[in-house]
Amino acid sequence: MNALDAALAHLGSLDELAARGTPMARIDARTKVVVTVAYVAVVASFGRHELTRLAPLALFPAAVAALGDVPLRPLLLRLAIASPFALGVAALEPLLDRAPAALVGGVAIPAGWIAFASILARYALSLGAALLLVATTGFDQVATALRRLGAPRALVVQLLFTWRYLFVLVGEAARMVRARELRAHGRPLRVGVAAQLVGVLLLRAMERAQRVHAAMVCRGFTGTFPPRGRTRLAAPDAAFAAGWLAFFAAARALDLPALLGAALFGGAR
Amino acid sequence: MSDALVSPAVGGLLWAGAAGVAAWSARRVDADGDERKVPLMGVLGAFVFAAQMVNFAIPGTGSSGHLGGGLLLAALLGPEAAFLVLASVLGVQALFFADGGLLALGANAVNLGVPSAFVAYPLVFRRILGRSRTRGRVVAASVSAAIVGLALGAALVAVETAASGISSLPLRSFLAVLVPIHLAIGAIEGFVTAAVLLVLWRARPELADPAAPRRPVGRVALGVALAALLTGGALSALASSRPDGLEWSASRVAGAEPAAPAGGVHALVARVQAATALLPGYALPGGRDGARGTSLSGVVGALLTLGVALAGGAALRAFARRGRARMPR
Repeated sequence: MNALDAALAHLGSLDELAARGTPMARIDARTKVVVTVAYVAVVASFGRHELTRLAPLALFPAAVAALGDVPLRPLLLRLAIASPFALGVAALEPLLDRAPAALVGGVAIPAGWIAFASILARYALSLGAALLLVATTGFDQVATALRRLGAPRALVVQLLFTWRYLFVLVGEAARMVRARELRAHGRPLRVGVAAQLVGVLLLRAMERAQRVHAAMVCRGFTGTFPPRGRTRLAAPDAAFAAGWLAFFAAARALDLPALLGAALFGGAR
Repeated sequence: MSDALVSPAVGGLLWAGAAGVAAWSARRVDADGDERKVPLMGVLGAFVFAAQMVNFAIPGTGSSGHLGGGLLLAALLGPEAAFLVLASVLGVQALFFADGGLLALGANAVNLGVPSAFVAYPLVFRRILGRSRTRGRVVAASVSAAIVGLALGAALVAVETAASGISSLPLRSFLAVLVPIHLAIGAIEGFVTAAVLLVLWRARPELADPAAPRRPVGRVALGVALAALLTGGALSALASSRPDGLEWSASRVAGAEPAAPAGGVHALVARVQAATALLPGYALPGGRDGARGTSLSGVVGALLTLGVALAGGAALRAFARRGRARMPR
């Protein structure tokens, strides 16, 4: 269960990173949400055989991680843990698509390998951007930003509640699993027993929801959380959004690596 | 479903579909007026994460699994609230666990939420369960509904991946891999769901008799989802100039690429695509000089830009650290 505790601690630490006064944390949450979504869309818009043109787009996560002072090692670890599905599909590409696509230094590279690398690069860039959004903004602020951008009230309240009770209930589940393991002497957990555990967990969760509701009504809950943080956009927010959106447009419209390469090699191919 | 496998067209359309279903569900939950449901939904969202910590051994195999929870949520909360809870769970997963990703979030909400909550729950689970709460009925209803919901979701994943055209895996073999696996997973999910419901209803019998389903919600949402899906598939098939999964398998069989449909819609979509440029041209590398090859300068340029990007990041990091050190906290 140590791995589980570590995962939980990591989950919370990602959120807490945003509480520090880094330059990234001071940018308005709505701005960051919109720019991140635009970034993910631009990354996904490149075709399956495009690899080199993704390179300039690495600037955005690199800059956000830097300005938000986000430690890289846990971020990369998180990406690696979540990668099996994308890796599984990408791994089939070299088998399915063997036509030679590129010639580098006289060696032909099959198109499938380029697609493989392209899928993994897009995976790392877009999911890294999502993780960085939380690490520089905080989950509360992301949810509030979604509400201000027009997401339905019930959904945003739901997001905030889920996040708030996540640690409580997951911790409870972890204690139950650990208690069983200590008594089970290595016997695997059978499905029927697992269902009993989950059922008890569910009963406790529903009772907790009743207590929570009673407590919230006592404090004047009207069905929604009051939003926190500032509401006006400032000049740095606008500059942040304009600068990055312009860069994404440039990376999308122009082949920046080829331009740089051509400039260096004097146009020789 | 993962960001790396979804094209912006398919991802965007499914986002629109999921947002529509979520907005409609939110309106229904609001109109419900049952304020107690708000914290209950929130705690159940967290409960889904907690339930997934309980990893059990899958009989007959060496592997282990956990509860998905879609059908259980629908049985506890009704379809609209269950969809909102699932969407928020997926949102937290996308943001914190790098599970799926932001672009694929709409697709994941549709794949996991719509089949369980709006198809399997009203059309299978409630039909079989009826008014009885006997052990046999609960097991039969849960197992069949979970199988229907998960197999349908798996089929959606395969269709979306093929429509996105990023993986070159043909649709038919993707379906042949994904759907049978999810029939088996669905059986286990259904059995666990039934057992959990029985535990709950034995302890709290008053929860076992939810209000009868109010209006034919299932069919409306099913219509919306199918429409979104069909538009997504059709539009992306039209809008793409490279072979998608289906065409790919067709070209493997026929030895040639099928001709693109010439005509109004195709040309129009192509023009819109060129204008917005968010949907890429998907040209194979090296189109300019005819040969299928990127030049050495391109590769070097790419490595250099990557280096510049990362060095820029490192410089910014140093700058940000210094700025913060100077600033009193």
